[in-house]
Amino acid sequence: MMTRGAGTFLPVLTIVAAIIAIWYGSAIALNAQFEWDQAERIGKETSWTQVIPATMAQERPVLPAPHQVAQEIWKTTGAMIQRGRPFSKRSLIYHAWITLSATLLGFAMGTALGITLAVGIVHSKVLDKSMMPWIITSQTIPILAIAPMIIVVLSAMGISGLFPKALISTYLSFFPVAVGMVKGLRSPDAMHLDLMKTYNASRNETLLKLRFPASLPFLFTSMKVAIAASLVGAIVGELPTGAVAGLGARLLAGSYYGQTIQIWSALFVAALMAGLLVALIGWIGQIINRRLGAREVLS
Amino acid sequence: MLMATDTIDTVTGDTVIAAEGVNLTFETNDGPVHALSDINLTINKGEFVSLIGPSGCGKTTLLRVIADLEKPTGGTMSVNGMSPEEARLARAYGYVFQAAALYPWRTIENNIALPLEIMKISKEEQKKRVRDNLALVNLTGFEKKFPWQLSGGMQQRASIARALAVRPDMLLMDEPFGALDEIVRDHLNEQLLKLWAETQKTVVFVTHSIPEAVFLSTKIVVMSPRPGRIHDVIDCDLGDDRPLDIRETPEFLKIAHRVRDGLKAGHSYDD
Repeated sequence: MMTRGAGTFLPVLTIVAAIIAIWYGSAIALNAQFEWDQAERIGKETSWTQVIPATMAQERPVLPAPHQVAQEIWKTTGAMIQRGRPFSKRSLIYHAWITLSATLLGFAMGTALGITLAVGIVHSKVLDKSMMPWIITSQTIPILAIAPMIIVVLSAMGISGLFPKALISTYLSFFPVAVGMVKGLRSPDAMHLDLMKTYNASRNETLLKLRFPASLPFLFTSMKVAIAASLVGAIVGELPTGAVAGLGARLLAGSYYGQTIQIWSALFVAALMAGLLVALIGWIGQIINRRLGAREVLS
Repeated sequence: MLMATDTIDTVTGDTVIAAEGVNLTFETNDGPVHALSDINLTINKGEFVSLIGPSGCGKTTLLRVIADLEKPTGGTMSVNGMSPEEARLARAYGYVFQAAALYPWRTIENNIALPLEIMKISKEEQKKRVRDNLALVNLTGFEKKFPWQLSGGMQQRASIARALAVRPDMLLMDEPFGALDEIVRDHLNEQLLKLWAETQKTVVFVTHSIPEAVFLSTKIVVMSPRPGRIHDVIDCDLGDDRPLDIRETPEFLKIAHRVRDGLKAGHSYDD
């Protein structure tokens, strides 16, 4: 572990440093025009030595500099905690939580739906033939087109708040789980299935004792994709609701008022959250795999 | 004394498996394949019967018909006086596959307990049977290991223990040692023979190794391909006490020779 950590540390650090350098470079290049124009308007002589620092301190830059985004994130997370108001409406923690709750609910429903569909499809030729085309078609519809419809229809039925957003997450996340689990439930080889037949095992016993355990690696791989998709679904679901709360709302509000720093910090928190969620699923998957006797693999 | 019988044994009260005119044709994309053609065979209680022949002769298919893993398209097959399906539902046999087919996510003890769980046998009884059968195949101490931690030979022994845990009267074995090296195979052959002597089970054993068939069997069924059919049935009366050295004796070689002749004759039209 130690040697592996040391071996990857330097390359990872180099990449991060390169990304930050490119980011600063781009920020200067993209924001400089505004400074030149500004100086010209008031008829003031200026030079690169004045312009460069100014590009990194604009209030509404085209591309905010990394430290501006970092400051904004701190101001809306750590600083809010220090002031004892982590769940204030101005706190990103509050908005992240709103999005996270919809993400998790949608992910849970999507995973349950995906597994249920997969079990049905694996056990019934009719379901396989009749459901699979619809499942695939469902994912060809742009989510941006269907999300407002779901919100509108549900609000007409008197359902609003968390559930409609979670439903959009479900819509996106059931797909990878269904497809992955169909493959996983079909993964036992003929010999393992014949063995169950010689035991006169029922369908349920074959499902529980053979198909399910065999499908777990597929399940965790597809759940990693599904939870990231759930987060996207929850953010998209927050856009048509009028930007009340959530990371999606922050993105929308930011773009209404040209608050690019706010947009970027919401984006970063969303990315960080997605990364953590995917890592969490991977970690749970690893624990379960180890329980089930998987060989230690370097991954 | 050696006895060569070309006639089929008559069905007696001891008959466990009786095939009469069994036919099986697989429909494939390349047209029908005649896997089994007019198979007549009786196997009596306590016999060790080997099915031997080149690949494509239907020996595995015949075993699978006995196990109700394939349905014959003609003729009748009876197992314990029942249809193969009824026998399977009554869990009349233990089946050992070419590979150990252990479930990789279960420990050795849990693999052996698998059929017992499905049979809804009590936990204490499961534990007892796991312990007894592991001892029978010399795997005591490996209860908590996962299959990949065992060698191929040990895995196959565990799969035999799993088949025995059901306490069937009959063991159906499909080239169980085919993937193992010569030395391990010899060792397992000896163990299997000992096990057979101790448990008095009826064994139907598919192999393509002549020495293995002669060493283990009381009766050898020589099969030939296209269509899969029985070419010769050879009694193999070498007695119960069979050390590995018996393979050097004239009696052994004589039977082996006849088996080889049968395999050649079954093949001749192909040349």
